[in-house]
Amino acid sequence: MIVSFTINDESRTIDVLPMARLLDVLREQCHLTGTKEGCGEGECGACTVILDGQIVNSCLVPVAQVNGSSITTIEGVAQQDQLHAVQQAFIDHGGAQCGICTPGMVLAAVDLLNRNPQPSESEIRNGLAGNLCRCTGYMKIFESVVRAYQK
Amino acid sequence: MRAFVPNYELTTPSSLADALALLNGEPGVWKPFAGGTDLMVLLEAGRLPHRHYVNIWGLPELRGIEATDTHVTLGALTTYTDVQSHSILQSEFPMLCQAASETGGLAIQNRGTLGGNIVNASPAADSPPALLAYDAEIELISTAGSRWLPYRGFHTGYKQMLIAPHELLARIRMPRNTRNATHYYRKIGTRKAQAISKVCLAALAKLDHDQIGDVKIALGSVAPVVVRCVQTEVALRGQEPDSATIKSACAMLAKEISPIDDIRSTADYRLQVAKNLLTDFLLTLRS
Repeated sequence: MIVSFTINDESRTIDVLPMARLLDVLREQCHLTGTKEGCGEGECGACTVILDGQIVNSCLVPVAQVNGSSITTIEGVAQQDQLHAVQQAFIDHGGAQCGICTPGMVLAAVDLLNRNPQPSESEIRNGLAGNLCRCTGYMKIFESVVRAYQK
Repeated sequence: MRAFVPNYELTTPSSLADALALLNGEPGVWKPFAGGTDLMVLLEAGRLPHRHYVNIWGLPELRGIEATDTHVTLGALTTYTDVQSHSILQSEFPMLCQAASETGGLAIQNRGTLGGNIVNASPAADSPPALLAYDAEIELISTAGSRWLPYRGFHTGYKQMLIAPHELLARIRMPRNTRNATHYYRKIGTRKAQAISKVCLAALAKLDHDQIGDVKIALGSVAPVVVRCVQTEVALRGQEPDSATIKSACAMLAKEISPIDDIRSTADYRLQVAKNLLTDFLLTLRS
């Protein structure tokens, strides 16, 4: 089937298998490999993207369901050469270790701050609860999000 | 092993009528596909035996939450995120909001639907205990029309339910009679988010001069289906929530549930925790 969607403010029309995972279409057909695959079953959040203003696990979304949608991946978070405050905070405060969870963590944090610019401690924990870090660097990630909105 | 994606069909109907016509035209061939949070997991694991799906995600008739004086009615595609942000649900059906907030993480809550949670028919699902305790009814529609039935009794056995292949779960409604009730929902899992429950209890009760009046008790993950514990409710009605009542209610509860050993927990643990949760609920009524 042919699907059209906007990805990082760019319109795309591509030929896909309807049940293909959005994750695979992003990585293999759109060559946007910033979105990572972790568990492939909606547990880890590594494949998080923002779909029509809400975070989703792109491994659980069949591409037929994004026809006409707007998607933001990690490649679309920075504006030109200007990193998003969350990305800069992850660099400055050690929020990234091996990096596999980082794109998902950053998108979950960006989404959280879009909805709630001054989140409480528990709101940050809740916002990131669906994203796992195998390096277990949770406190640095948490601190990075706090610093991002304090800026 | 991963599924071979070209083997699967996911067709997007242009209207609800088209979706129902497809389900009716070849009964059993097509199945509805909503938010995908259960089906896509099976697909990736190579354990999705059915091949032909109707994509109902974009059908507006299946969305939205409406309130009348007597009922709140939710479209089957209402997501867990939709549930949590609705003011009437927050004030009158807090157990449903809590269940929604404890299902998966935010990305799952944005995509998972109440209708999907019902027809996926997992005994460990989080919203069904709340829906059972709130006496929910469900609407099944087809090209032949619509029928409402009580949610209680809909699941007849493990993954078995009273829906025909040509029918679609369209709406869920709950009577607005929960004012002045104590609501108690507690899910026990390995961690706060992203966990599947070991035991889950949803209960509400109204007190009448220190005595328990109307009381509803539902449990998940302790039987082949999510269960209402009617005998326990009968045993509690008219009693004060004192130690003797708690003891006899726990004994009755043990007869009404049939927990098993599985990957997430053991029968012994589940039985003990179910009794603990019932006790905690009844102690809440005292304060």
